[in-house]
Amino acid sequence: MNAAQLIANDPGWVILVKGLLVFVLCVVLTLMSVWGERRLVSFMQMRVGPNRVGKFGLLQSLADGVKLALKEDLIPKAADRIVFVIAPIISATTCFMAFAVIPMTGKVSLFGHQTVMQLTDLPVGVLYVLAIASVGVYGIVLAGWSSGSTYPLLGGLRSSAQVISYEVAMGLSLVAVFIYAGSMSTSDIVAAQNHWWFAVVLFPSFVIYAISMVGETNRAPFDLAEAEGELVGGFHTEYSSLKFALFFLAEYVNIVAVSSLATTLFLGGYHALPGLGFTETWLGGWFTMVWYLLKVIFFFFIFVWLRGTLPRMRYDQFMQFGWKVLIPVSLLWIMVVSTLRIMSQRNTGRPIIMGFTVGVVLIVLAVTSLFDSAKRRRREADALGELPEPSFPVPAIPEPRVEQLNG
Amino acid sequence: MAENSLTPRPEDFGLAKAASESVPITDQEPSGFFKQLLGFWVTFQAMFKKPNTVQYPEVKEPTAPRFHGRHQLNRHEDGLEKCIGCELCAWACPADAILVEGANNEEGAQFSPGERYGRVYQINYLRCIFCGLCIEACPTRALTMTNEYELADDQRSKLIFEKEDLLAPLRQGMLMPPHPMYPGSDDGTYYRGEVKGSHPSQETAPHA
Repeated sequence: MNAAQLIANDPGWVILVKGLLVFVLCVVLTLMSVWGERRLVSFMQMRVGPNRVGKFGLLQSLADGVKLALKEDLIPKAADRIVFVIAPIISATTCFMAFAVIPMTGKVSLFGHQTVMQLTDLPVGVLYVLAIASVGVYGIVLAGWSSGSTYPLLGGLRSSAQVISYEVAMGLSLVAVFIYAGSMSTSDIVAAQNHWWFAVVLFPSFVIYAISMVGETNRAPFDLAEAEGELVGGFHTEYSSLKFALFFLAEYVNIVAVSSLATTLFLGGYHALPGLGFTETWLGGWFTMVWYLLKVIFFFFIFVWLRGTLPRMRYDQFMQFGWKVLIPVSLLWIMVVSTLRIMSQRNTGRPIIMGFTVGVVLIVLAVTSLFDSAKRRRREADALGELPEPSFPVPAIPEPRVEQLNG
Repeated sequence: MAENSLTPRPEDFGLAKAASESVPITDQEPSGFFKQLLGFWVTFQAMFKKPNTVQYPEVKEPTAPRFHGRHQLNRHEDGLEKCIGCELCAWACPADAILVEGANNEEGAQFSPGERYGRVYQINYLRCIFCGLCIEACPTRALTMTNEYELADDQRSKLIFEKEDLLAPLRQGMLMPPHPMYPGSDDGTYYRGEVKGSHPSQETAPHA
């Protein structure tokens, strides 16, 4: 029986238990990831981070949660009250929903019932995740709009533009995975990576997905939506107490969700690292969850590492990167992948496939070198002193310039 | 020869000097992709370095020797206060944190050598910016600063320090004022530090 059949056989109580387990796992992962991020970033900055509440400060996020819950809940006078309340709820619920299709273990026995730790297995599971992520944008947009204040509005607009643009690149990067797996169901995709992870086979897709998932979750270096220096808190400036806590929760659940999806689609899901396949039967199959969690934590570490290393990008650079680099590159990559796939399905001869590959590589090299030389020429033209003379009269520049600078 | 504005500046003055000695200011070429990736190595390395954090309430590191902490009103060697109530510290204070009211030393109620002493002395630590201008202003070295920095409290009124909070403790050989001055001395002897301790006659004198 494959995963889909196993899930279809689940009685109601198993579904309830699994739903509860997934929810608890999400919340615990979120609490731990908030703590883990703060600790990791502090180590990168030669600090120690929260280490007071509980052993190693492990309970810090719990204490923060209690503090947030006990705070005064303000709704600004200019706010649209209903939308203002609904927005954080949309944000928090949608990000949890993505977990329904993430396979976390292989075949396990749950209180004597054979099943897999995956709430449901849709034939279009990955599309469902993308759809849910798009609905999640509403939380941000509505929060920014309903606050009745300038900074949240700007932040909300920015982040909606950002999330939508990067969703395009993200969706395109997944197409190659669909082509190779021959399915959009998450469990089938994991099963298709039995031999080779898609991170290896479809490396460009993996890179594009990894970049766009950072843009998608509004995280540094793409955290333009809540750029503190420019926009105060961005879309959640006017939020306080539990409503703010919901946004905070949503941000981190989102990170875990996109990391889980990356694990599922590119790193072989719950499967063990190559060469460690024997561990998959440990603990009656439950040990596969450890592999799943390890891979998610690996992605989370990358998120934190990015935050600790890179400065925030400028908004126009960011959009330019998304639309002019990521999307064309992934379109081209999809063309190449689908051509190769069809060739292999029709048993095309090896020389033709090789010729095609070499041709693509040559074309890519030619185009990039053309771009490079164009860039160099533009830079040389922009260099100081070669500016075109304006048509209107201007005073002569005094010589030498340093004398003028000294006053 | 003193330089004036008419003397021509040397060639390597100011910005010109900086420019001639270091790299010329040009448009920075973007560094290569792999060079940029080195930044990731920097943060990764930093994770294994020893943090700079001091675990403050448990571990207390000594301050710099001349750290500006809580003030102290010092005493002469026989226990008399050095403060003469001149209010120069209060006048010097840019934050208006010091209040001084001077009063006359009476026969039988001698607090400091000479005519005057500080009857009221308050420092408001809600206002104090620890600049140390009061210390520079003090003519008798009565006011100095300690290295004590734990001044937080839960009430505003507790942060206005009175004279008894600021006075230095009595050391060996000092007597609690008011008491008469050292026999045969005047404020000048005190000022020059010629009084090295208290005299038995100061102790037996009747207290006010």
